[in-house]
Amino acid sequence: MATEKPLLKVDNLSVRFPVKRGGPFTGKSFLHAVDDISFEVKRGETLAIVGESGSGKTTAALAVARLVDAYQGKVDLAGHDFLELEGEDLRKARAKVQFIFQDPYASLNPRLRAEAIVQEPLDSLDAGPAVQRQERIDELFRAVGLRPEQQRLFPHQFSGGQRQRIGIARALATQPELIICDEPVSALDVAVQAQILNLLRKLQKDFGLTYLFISHDLGVVQHMCDSIAVMYMGKIVEQADRKSLFNNPQHPYTQALLSAVPSVDRKRREATKRILIPGDPPDPINPPKGCRFANRCPVAESRCTESQPALMATDEHHKVACHLLHR
Amino acid sequence: MAPLLKVENLRIELTTRDGIAPVIDDLSLELNAGETLSFVGESGCGKSMTALAIMGLLPEKVGRIASGTIMFGGEDLSKASDARLREIRGNDISMIFQEPMTSLNPVYTIGEQISEVLRRHQNLGKTAAWSKAIELLDAVRIPNPNGRISDYPHQMSGGQRQRVMIAIALACQPKILIADEPTTALDVTVQAQIFDLLRDLGRETGTATILITHDMGAVAEMAERMIVMYAGRKAEDGPVDQIIEHPRHPYTKGLISCVPHLVATLTDERPELTEVRGIVPSLRDFGRDTCLFASRCNLADDKCRSKRPPEVHFKGQQNSACWHAEQL
Repeated sequence: MATEKPLLKVDNLSVRFPVKRGGPFTGKSFLHAVDDISFEVKRGETLAIVGESGSGKTTAALAVARLVDAYQGKVDLAGHDFLELEGEDLRKARAKVQFIFQDPYASLNPRLRAEAIVQEPLDSLDAGPAVQRQERIDELFRAVGLRPEQQRLFPHQFSGGQRQRIGIARALATQPELIICDEPVSALDVAVQAQILNLLRKLQKDFGLTYLFISHDLGVVQHMCDSIAVMYMGKIVEQADRKSLFNNPQHPYTQALLSAVPSVDRKRREATKRILIPGDPPDPINPPKGCRFANRCPVAESRCTESQPALMATDEHHKVACHLLHR
Repeated sequence: MAPLLKVENLRIELTTRDGIAPVIDDLSLELNAGETLSFVGESGCGKSMTALAIMGLLPEKVGRIASGTIMFGGEDLSKASDARLREIRGNDISMIFQEPMTSLNPVYTIGEQISEVLRRHQNLGKTAAWSKAIELLDAVRIPNPNGRISDYPHQMSGGQRQRVMIAIALACQPKILIADEPTTALDVTVQAQIFDLLRDLGRETGTATILITHDMGAVAEMAERMIVMYAGRKAEDGPVDQIIEHPRHPYTKGLISCVPHLVATLTDERPELTEVRGIVPSLRDFGRDTCLFASRCNLADDKCRSKRPPEVHFKGQQNSACWHAEQL
């Protein structure tokens, strides 16, 4: 299916935030949270963006959903530039992109009943005729595995996993094509995580959903995704399909990241040698001019601190931004 | 050799609005010098409560040790006075917490916070404590300890703050270190560094560690023995490798298989995750004479719902509290 157009195509997206620093006469400085990243997601597939805190993965997702303003770049959603839309068109298009948030305790309005929370996007985005809304809500509750009588309850009467189910029902309400999941299980207890992950995969199969999946948990990512983009300090350093990335990580940062994950598989524990990356990432307001990972990289050479490596293909399904892999 | 710490038939009761609930119900454990023991389970299963009881830090007026003993070096900590516990805490037994952001005092420099422990417990003078603090910062591998010692907590990253916490906890070379989810708030690469650090320091000082976590991967990497806790009771305990190989309790089995783990070679196959349906019972149901896991268990039968399962012993010092342990 090489000819099929991707549902979401992001080109050269950058997001920057103005920051105050220094005295009154120093110019404005900017923090480049997301710096010139491009990726695409095929319809019905899942792309994961992984990285550590501060790598810009959440900001990138927020910019795709237009919840923060992009500084430059294009977000093409099913043939329309989502960033150019204004007014009524934007409101209509928002129904196609929905968000599942990390913290199910903070992302539900405590004063609304569960049914009202799920109904809100239907009302504000005019999705479907008003008379059918109750039916739609019943359907959604069934789809996410909640009982009909639970519609009348308030968020505090639910457990964390159930709350996340309400959040998922709300995201599904407008029949979106793209759902952005921002760490959907990291606030949940381990045993409950499996319930939500299985639900997300089932819904994807049933409704043909496309996911942009933000996570720092590589085990979860490995289980959920078709392809993965690894971010470090606002840049994508490696991008590949699932098997290629986990079996053959090529960027030194990805290798270090994977080697740091503790595992119950004794074979894997014995096979992986932990790659230590000491120190902290450099100052994001004043990033180094070379490779941003160079100061922690175990194999860095002098050219790494001089120029930035570009994200280039090493084979059909694999792109890496590292000088050492491109001679 | 006698164990360093021996907890026997510990029962901790919490006073709640619905009456008295046993958050820890008949728990026994032993910790030997130099070993790492891990408590595993979901939140609300009593892992942290056990740790707080050992430290004598149960919430006042709400929680109390109803019965049982906590023997440490010939002394029963459950009956020790507040003053005596204060002497032990930070000196013989110390603890690091989950949130390195909130467990340091924001208005004191880290140097002051590290040297406070030394001055209090080891009667060091101000300058002696300060230079020992610099040594400790160096030991937990913070670069440029001479300069960083006068930093405030907000000037450090999460991983560095957790290192400072470790420096404070290890300042008096305690016999036992209790680490309550020490890396949950941190990134994986930082987690790996902290684990390495804890392991190295443990080896150098011979400190025994109790690691509280919900991450089976971390347990496999760090601990020699583990105790799986469920609803205030011990579900299973034994050597880590043996339990991961062959869990004898359905809850342990669930905890291991409900998380997608990284494996040596990844294939196209992606089986559904095994779910542990439902959630941990509420405090009201704690202490019933049934198997408390029965409502979430696929193997549950009438026996499970009518009588608390006794501990079944297996070879290799693995014990499981399940009526069906033999079949598993």
